[in-house]
Amino acid sequence: MLKGRIAYLNARLLDPETGLDEMGALLVEDGMIADFGAHLFRTGAPSVNEVIDCQGKCLSPGLIDVRVQLREPGEEHKETLASASLAASHGGITTLVQLPNTTPVIDDVPVLEFVARRSRELKRTKIFCYGALTKGLKGHEISEIGLLSEAGAVAFTDGERALADAKIMRRAMSYGKAFNALIVQHPEEPSLAGSGVMNNGEMASKLGLAGIPPVAEVIMVERDLRLLEGTGGRLHFAHVTTAASIEVIRKAKAAGLDVTCDTAPHYFALNELAIGDYRTFAKVSPPLRSESDRQAVVAGLVDGTIDIVASDHAPHDQDSKRLPFDEAAFGVIGLETLLPMILSLYHNNHMSLNEALALVTTHPAKRFGLTGGCLKRGAPADLVLFDLDKPWKIDEDAMHSKSKNSAFGGRPVQGKVLRTVVDGRPLFAADGF
Amino acid sequence: MKQTPETAFSHRHLLGIEGLSPIDITTILDLAGGYVDQSRRVHKTSDLLNGLTVINLFFENSTRTRTSFEAAAKRLGADVINMTVAASSIKKGETLIDTAMTLNAMHPDVLVVRHGNSGAVRLLSEKVDGAVINAGDGRHEHPTQALLDALTIRRRLGKIGGLTVAICGDVAHSRVARSNIQLLQTMGARVRLIAPPTLLPAKAERFGVEVFTDMREGLQDVDIVMMLRLQLERMQGAFVPSVREYFRFFGLDREKLSYAKPDALVMHPGPMNRGVEIDSELADDIDRSLIREQVEMGVAIRMACLDLLTRPLRETGAP
Repeated sequence: MLKGRIAYLNARLLDPETGLDEMGALLVEDGMIADFGAHLFRTGAPSVNEVIDCQGKCLSPGLIDVRVQLREPGEEHKETLASASLAASHGGITTLVQLPNTTPVIDDVPVLEFVARRSRELKRTKIFCYGALTKGLKGHEISEIGLLSEAGAVAFTDGERALADAKIMRRAMSYGKAFNALIVQHPEEPSLAGSGVMNNGEMASKLGLAGIPPVAEVIMVERDLRLLEGTGGRLHFAHVTTAASIEVIRKAKAAGLDVTCDTAPHYFALNELAIGDYRTFAKVSPPLRSESDRQAVVAGLVDGTIDIVASDHAPHDQDSKRLPFDEAAFGVIGLETLLPMILSLYHNNHMSLNEALALVTTHPAKRFGLTGGCLKRGAPADLVLFDLDKPWKIDEDAMHSKSKNSAFGGRPVQGKVLRTVVDGRPLFAADGF
Repeated sequence: MKQTPETAFSHRHLLGIEGLSPIDITTILDLAGGYVDQSRRVHKTSDLLNGLTVINLFFENSTRTRTSFEAAAKRLGADVINMTVAASSIKKGETLIDTAMTLNAMHPDVLVVRHGNSGAVRLLSEKVDGAVINAGDGRHEHPTQALLDALTIRRRLGKIGGLTVAICGDVAHSRVARSNIQLLQTMGARVRLIAPPTLLPAKAERFGVEVFTDMREGLQDVDIVMMLRLQLERMQGAFVPSVREYFRFFGLDREKLSYAKPDALVMHPGPMNRGVEIDSELADDIDRSLIREQVEMGVAIRMACLDLLTRPLRETGAP
């Protein structure tokens, strides 16, 4: 928290929660949003400690990224809380939620508290944690959902792995209800995915790579929705990628089930052709799908079936990616490309600016019970100032993450972060801001 | 047959049939014709590649292909080093790229590489200075096998264009099938795939081939029957229920072959599973089976590839 008063003048204020989109000013006082709007500072100079002239650029709630793999503790050579935090602030992200697949696994209160303490010490991006849904992410025994919730776990998941055992999944959903726990599933039937490394289809056949059939996703989605009908509770599907599973979730929502889902930028911006000649930076889990599935993901975002976009940030060093495709690790980094990829939904005329921003602000905040994600008097001043139109080219070598495995290297995009603010403190500021 | 020493073959490596033009393929086949004659002489060795080093780098066990490449290089007078890297030493921590860099420092002029992962040979080719020949990468490509098959067919039937060729068996896991489909189509042949659905690649029909799951139907009027090897671990329940069921419905015997053209020829990349994908006696029938000829053509094709890929090097004389 930063003591004192800071005025942001001449800003295009955006609040995805209320739909506010107007020119005005915003006042931060002792790390909180004190006031904002067109009326503010209309008469006379403000009496403040600092004035930021936003030059008409966009000021919105800071981004909330609910699906980030950090490698601390355990694999600090790939990413640390500090390097991820630095990358997040350059990407306009003020809050992120870390998956539990660290070493050791976050299935125990002391590990969760270690991450919370390190995050507090860093005083940078707000870092929250998922708790493991099963002990050791092994899929056999449910973890201490109650104790972990009390210690601050915001949701429960087995991370990159599906909880495949239907009986354990049913028990976890049923038990989790006592703590109002949000259960997050990686929807992929492992017996169908097998040793597959990319989407099953013409491209996999041509490259001679083992395919993962798209039906592996919808089978798990349908199973879990059936379980949810019986148990009740709150269910969220991570990174949905196929037309079939989006359609099933659309119907389940219409039927009133408490279910939500997210996707990642690579699933609406890329298809399996990005693999080209065995490009391991396009190897992700679930795999990049066909063009018609990609279009279905865009349609799901447009009609609100897909509630949230998360980066799916998965840092890997060169030794994990410079390998034959079969042997390379799954995953791409995404913290520093999340905002421009979200803005592409607006620039490509799929949705309004506030609708696009809602996918990474108010929607994840509400579903995961996090503060922020909106402009509100008395709320923490977690903000991002960005230039909506600025064209630039994604350069993975210029990124701040320790790992450089971006699927978007060389891609021309629009929209650049100018200033990222957490609790009133600027964590990143471009020249002149 | 026209020999053109100043050929337009402009590829630095031979990583696959994909990307080769009909002219490229014809160039290789024409050149190999001469090497068949050289290989039939008593004195088989020339000095074309004198002073050049060829490394056979095999990450998968192979006796036949490695020996064929070794014979080819030695007949052209090259120094040959065989290196078989067991999967275990890779697991000890040395990556494919480490191995490539290590060997590259020994200045090989040609690296012949086989690897169990699709795309691995391409990855390696990006890290070395010499020419790379793909001797088989995972399920992806095995270009010299397709070329030797083409040479075998052309010598026996005088052409490839216009023929109908059936590729039968485990197409899904076969690099031989992928390379052959590309080559045969590039040269104007019609290709059919015949296999149980579990052994067909996804969206096989998009390859521009006709797909059959019945041998008798698929073999109707074909000129050439190419059988593929079925790996033992895929026979017992994983992809097909049993060997006897597979042989009954998908193994090639005289009865099924009778549906093909009367003089249709049989090919197999080897090693054969007699009594699994092919009837033993049929495999040995010199009137119908080209299997032994395929092995002979293999050496000639590999000599032609070594010749073509080292031409820029030998012409400039500089490494």
